[in-house]
Amino acid sequence: MTGTEGAPLKGGGRGEGAVSKTRVPAVDDWFTMDDEPALLGKRGTETGAYFFPPDQAFSRHPGAPTEPLEDVKLSRRGRVWSWTTNHYEPPDPYVAPDPFVPYTVVAVELVEEQMVVLGPLAPGADPASLTAGTEVELTLGTLYEDDDNEYVMWGWQPV
Amino acid sequence: MSDDVVVLGAGMHPWGKWGRNFVEYGVTAAIDALTDAGVDWRDIQFVAGGETIRNGYPGYVAASTFAQALGWQGAPVASAYAACASGSTALNAARDRILAGRADVALVVGADTTPKGFLAPAAGERRQDPDWLRFRLLGATNPTYFALYARRRMELYGATPADFAKVKVKNARHGLHNPNARYRKEVTEEEVMTSPVVAEPLRLLDICATSDGGAALVIASAGFARRHTGHDRHVRVAAVSTVTPSYPNTVIELPNFATDSAAATAPPERTYRDSIAAAAYEEAGLGPEDLDVAEVYDLSTALELDWYENIGLCKAGEAERLVHDGDTTIGGRIPVNPSGGLACFGEAVPAQAIAQVCELTWQLRGQAGERQVDGATVGITVNQGLFGHGSSVLLRT
Repeated sequence: MTGTEGAPLKGGGRGEGAVSKTRVPAVDDWFTMDDEPALLGKRGTETGAYFFPPDQAFSRHPGAPTEPLEDVKLSRRGRVWSWTTNHYEPPDPYVAPDPFVPYTVVAVELVEEQMVVLGPLAPGADPASLTAGTEVELTLGTLYEDDDNEYVMWGWQPV
Repeated sequence: MSDDVVVLGAGMHPWGKWGRNFVEYGVTAAIDALTDAGVDWRDIQFVAGGETIRNGYPGYVAASTFAQALGWQGAPVASAYAACASGSTALNAARDRILAGRADVALVVGADTTPKGFLAPAAGERRQDPDWLRFRLLGATNPTYFALYARRRMELYGATPADFAKVKVKNARHGLHNPNARYRKEVTEEEVMTSPVVAEPLRLLDICATSDGGAALVIASAGFARRHTGHDRHVRVAAVSTVTPSYPNTVIELPNFATDSAAATAPPERTYRDSIAAAAYEEAGLGPEDLDVAEVYDLSTALELDWYENIGLCKAGEAERLVHDGDTTIGGRIPVNPSGGLACFGEAVPAQAIAQVCELTWQLRGQAGERQVDGATVGITVNQGLFGHGSSVLLRT
């Protein structure tokens, strides 16, 4: 398989243009944007089951529909379950760069949570280096920009 | 058995990219099925439709649309949305109605007109909709998920793109003589492996297209069928499975961002995909060893290999050998997708699960012409719709 340069996520750096843009998350409340970014999930306080994304009011554990949920940061590291690089521009609402650049989606197993979470491959990382079991860490990158904002998305960076 | 539901009629509008209204395809298929059954439309007591989300008024209608198009005759209707499994969910509703004794004969219809290119989420800014969010945040098209499964097969079992290509070559050959198939042309392994890459490791010819098409069935109680035809030699619907996953579902599914967590509860003994056909086998009292033919949902070539294992044709990791040895080719031990499958049809979502049942009906009647599986008496369909819709239908003579 051919390796593909240039995922759509650009580095998290800012101030490249004359006017610096505001960095806002591409989706609200799904991840933190500090120096050690983490996905935000929920955990059932009775069952200990984890959930992602966190936009749910109730436990999805069938034995505990009324258990209270607490906010948790999910593990920042995991292991690659599978991945793919897309070579065709997807339809809206994906915001594709012009010209279109192939991009890689990675499925990552989190050991403690025992779940698989999707995310883009981190900026600059080479998909040809991936194999099932590769250790990766959560990082941030830019999904797309408009005149005012830079929309930040999580990504998986091989360790 | 007296409480069996049987297939009295099957009909299709050929698959293609015709660009006409979906109603036309559904009505064509319905008239074909009614004619095949020798049943007057006005005698149909229940109509079930697989919903199209791209057409109709305002979009999520099916059974009433077809009933109106055929001429109102008063029968109650039900419309089912279960993505790719919509057709079998509609079939299930009609079958249950007959089993409950509330109807003797029913019509099941699905039809779709699809746009060119990738299937996309419903329009508008829909930030609560995981189907919208997966495109926005990940660019996770349907082939993205198919490719994740395909790559996983390569990593786990050492499958190769050449293995995947063999599935396409087989299905293309099967579909050559199917008048309802959209693509009727032989394909070589090399053509598959040099077609444009869509989502690595899958190429254009590994992935099914989206098509226009329509399929319909007339089903009836065994008693009605006997009175109507004077004999009992009908294809029987031995089981319909429409199971959802059991928690925790540990395989990533469309359109989700994550699996369930197995941290608190061990995963069920069977994976979700394994459980779909298992429920049909259990209801029918049959097993994979009883099968003569199968129609599986080859959204991608690699996914067809997964299905071999999910429906019990072989153990995990052995599917490549089946396609290499010709076991799943017509004339082999257990032919899979004699219709040509999605590889030759392209997907017309609400019609596709019904089309699978049409093909097995013709196979079990011995009416499949040059793609006939000799002596077929038991067949299974299997498919899976996004949002957790399983679908499997077991038919027997």
